[in-house]
Amino acid sequence: MASFANSKDSAKLGGCPDHGDLMNYHTPTSFSDASAIASATSGVTRFLAGGTDVLVQLRSDLVTPDDLIDIKHIEGVKDITQRADGGWDLGVAVAGAEMTEHAALIADWPGLVEGMDLIGSTQVQGRATLVGNLCNGSPAADSVPGMVAAGCTVTVTGPDGSRKVAVEDIPAGPGRTTLQKGELISKVHIPARGENGGDAYLRFIPRTEMDIAVVGCAVNLRIEGDIITEARVVMGAVAPTVVLVNDAATAIIGSTLDETALDALAQAATAACNPIDDKRGTIEFRKDVAGVLAKRAAKIAYGRAKGEAQ
Amino acid sequence: MSKIHVTTTVNGDEVEYLCDPRETLLDCLRDRVGMMGVKEGCGTGDCGACSVTVDGRLVCSCLMLGAEAEGKEIGTIEGMADGDQLHPLQQKFIEHAALQCGICTPGILVAAEALLKKNPDPTETELRYWLAGNLCRCTGYDKIIRAVMDAAADMREAS
Repeated sequence: MASFANSKDSAKLGGCPDHGDLMNYHTPTSFSDASAIASATSGVTRFLAGGTDVLVQLRSDLVTPDDLIDIKHIEGVKDITQRADGGWDLGVAVAGAEMTEHAALIADWPGLVEGMDLIGSTQVQGRATLVGNLCNGSPAADSVPGMVAAGCTVTVTGPDGSRKVAVEDIPAGPGRTTLQKGELISKVHIPARGENGGDAYLRFIPRTEMDIAVVGCAVNLRIEGDIITEARVVMGAVAPTVVLVNDAATAIIGSTLDETALDALAQAATAACNPIDDKRGTIEFRKDVAGVLAKRAAKIAYGRAKGEAQ
Repeated sequence: MSKIHVTTTVNGDEVEYLCDPRETLLDCLRDRVGMMGVKEGCGTGDCGACSVTVDGRLVCSCLMLGAEAEGKEIGTIEGMADGDQLHPLQQKFIEHAALQCGICTPGILVAAEALLKKNPDPTETELRYWLAGNLCRCTGYDKIIRAVMDAAADMREAS
């Protein structure tokens, strides 16, 4: 089939509704160029990687960007690389499906990958990205608790250069991030797994799949013998942003994850909740489930740290 | 309005089109390239009717811009049959009556083919999870699942 659609006449027949407003589509080849474009514009800007949120907002007229900056033409955005220290660097356009096909990444960080894998359908997994999930700013984002529990950082590139920021410092509230005008995330850094560590993510949804978390919980811990020496416990969907619950970590550090420690963990997880009350879950329900999920996720992470197959 | 010139490959053939920057790949495939087998259901990535492959990866064409297809290899339902010879999946959908109105069918066939390329011997559970993003409001899903499992078995024997 030759280019039968390539004429001005057929182009006029296109199905795109004309709202009378233009959108500029940019394809920069470096993050500094992407930042410069975003800095220079006075209108609404969106960065495009997987597009599974941006295109839905575009279609529903929630957000009509004046400038859409497609960052997939930048070198390295699709790369999953293991660093010399054993940690991982992920390009910002790496899709969920590419993570779930990466056996070595899953072996190191099963919980982090599980969180990403819970987002949407097979089709959505073909495009959706960790950074998109983070920057969309949903308190219920499934991949974010796992990233925070793992201690991930991101490189933020802006007009003044690049800096590293902890993932938990990116969300500012529903739909909002701490990124300033002209700033964008240019890399995800996952720490080295190291010895005797394990992580896990669980969420509650009313259906069996493809739903938004009512409560999510990620646990990452390390053991020496049977004793937990390090832990990070993170709750999702129970506050305006993801919550790193230090009291919950303290509750299990030094323990063998016995019943007393688990009960203290559940209490701390529940206490950290500041959830909304809506048709998908009441405040009381979300608080209760937070404790239950924290216990279960901790048990899975503990099992993984011990090398038990789960 | 400034248009973007896109050169891409659809079912092995090179195609060019001009599109608005906001235009989805779904709209470009239907309205500019004439691939009417790609269906619009929800337009927001929930129903899977617009499923296509991009460089072998299953995606919703409504969640991708036409401009992003530059230099990519797109696969649609139109590329599935070999001339008049139906693909085993298509044949089994007819034999099992795995469709009624047919709107979801092209997307389900494209999605099922993508699974069988990746995993020629899926369990029923794996298949049901894989197709969870393809909604059918007519048949229920049992006939669809049976048709795909049957086709997969035949394709394994034939290979």
